Amino acid sequence: MSLLSVQDFSVSLAGRSVLRDISFDVGPGELVGIIGPNGAGKTTLMRAALGLIPAAGHCSLAELDEASRARAVAWMPQERTVAWPISVEALVMLGRMPHRGPGLRPSPEDRAQVADAIRRVGLQGFEERAVTKLSSGERTRVLIARALAQQTALVLADEPIAGLDPAHQISTMETFAALADDDRTVILSIHDLGLAARHCTRLVLLGEQRMLADGPPSRVLTADNLARIFNIEAYLSETEQGLVYQSLRVLRP
Amino acid sequence: MSRLLGLLLALTAGLFAVSLTIGPAAIGPMASLQALFAGGDTPLSLVMQEIRLPRAILAVLVGASLGLSGAALQGYLRNPLAEPGLLGISGSAALGAVLAIQTGVAAAFPLGLPLSALAGAFIGVLLITLLAGRRGGTLSLILAGIAISALASAMVSLALNLSPNPFATSEIVFWMMGSLADRSMEHVVLALPFIVVGTVMLMTLGRPLNAITLGEDAAEALGMRLARVRWRLIVGSALVVGVSTAVAGTIGFVGLVVPHLLRPWVGAMPGRLLGASALGGAMMVLAADILVRSVLPQADLKLGVVTALIGAPLFLHLIYQTRRELA
Repeated sequence: MSLLSVQDFSVSLAGRSVLRDISFDVGPGELVGIIGPNGAGKTTLMRAALGLIPAAGHCSLAELDEASRARAVAWMPQERTVAWPISVEALVMLGRMPHRGPGLRPSPEDRAQVADAIRRVGLQGFEERAVTKLSSGERTRVLIARALAQQTALVLADEPIAGLDPAHQISTMETFAALADDDRTVILSIHDLGLAARHCTRLVLLGEQRMLADGPPSRVLTADNLARIFNIEAYLSETEQGLVYQSLRVLRP
Repeated sequence: MSRLLGLLLALTAGLFAVSLTIGPAAIGPMASLQALFAGGDTPLSLVMQEIRLPRAILAVLVGASLGLSGAALQGYLRNPLAEPGLLGISGSAALGAVLAIQTGVAAAFPLGLPLSALAGAFIGVLLITLLAGRRGGTLSLILAGIAISALASAMVSLALNLSPNPFATSEIVFWMMGSLADRSMEHVVLALPFIVVGTVMLMTLGRPLNAITLGEDAAEALGMRLARVRWRLIVGSALVVGVSTAVAGTIGFVGLVVPHLLRPWVGAMPGRLLGASALGGAMMVLAADILVRSVLPQADLKLGVVTALIGAPLFLHLIYQTRRELA
């Protein structure tokens, strides 16, 4: 069973080709990291896969109507500004919207899911706080909770761990890994190749407008790919602790 | 219904009753209210039914329109500085009214002026939708609104500039200050259908506006159809603000200040703010119209002047408060 199927996918933005001939299938229980240098099209790929921007080719999500899509996939964009000083609980409750009729009061199920999502990101006790008064890291975790509360089989997140401290980066990746253990699937764009190598079950490498590699981290983070696409040399080692990655230096100045 | 809405409704009803008891004919409050319901052809009943009642009803309709449209626009644009004038609808309605005064259409038949203003509002909104496009972002909408406002106000200046006589000029200037004086039930009948339809369109935006708190991308991924939301917002606002300007002139600050004042009382949720702002707007215009008639009854004080005099200091206070919270 596939949760997201993309075939011969091409995206142009303002007449300029950004991605060409992308094809991949994602099934349940995967934690997929989309990696690539700045401007490689990571955000564009996710937005196009969601049907938020037009694309040529086939994508199973983009073909759903709005309401069914909102019950199939949760999207956490990189945009982290929250317009109004609403409470943490009210914000996370927005994730329940696709499951609620207009004007209905939250059901016990809605409340339980919201409480569970807040607990998963470790923000118990913050429920009544105004989101706009939180630190940016805390706000990021609230937005992750919002996506979790949507209770979808698939979660797409654009650089969810950017701006978090090391402990919260790790705990966020572990939260996503726990979702994958429950046979839900997370696809996230990520710049931290060390965390990507350690936590993702699969990496998709974008560069030169194409999908250059797709597979387990040890097969994607090769010295050749790192040199050609990221212009860096790195240390990589399979240890008892799992795959350990460290960027070392820039190759061509 | 929430307790806040109940409270606002009660206060609006109270102000409505007070508004009915005020006027140049010196009659006690109880006597005037009795005359309203007694009916018959006594002079007092006529004053109540044909002068004061339409005035109070229009204050509610116009105020609710401005408050509701202001709250909806602020929610959609995610900006607390948005207000109904931003879309250029009130500006183009004013242009229609000015042309009616200038060309004599206003004097030719009783509803000449409001109908012409309404036509102006519709041409304005048509231009905005053409300029902003169906799938354009919020920025193109704001820019289109600014362009239309600027164009309408330039045309109004031109009309004043070329005005054949000083009387037409002063009539235009006074009309633009906004007033509910001497309005009849005909005005109510003209405004009501537009305001009912527009209010329904705007009130159904609660869910999408809540979702837009997270940004347009996230809202769309939550199942909201943004192009449709935008269309309902523009057309709904055009209906309520266009016809309000047509019957009452330009009344500023209501759509800006009322959502601001009420936001903390609804937990800042844009959807819950809609109904509250409609009632708050009605209260503000009723109160301003009571002040107009009771503070300087002889001076023919204009409603728009009073709402600005109340609104501007309130707004300054809010800025001060926000600055202190951010510091």
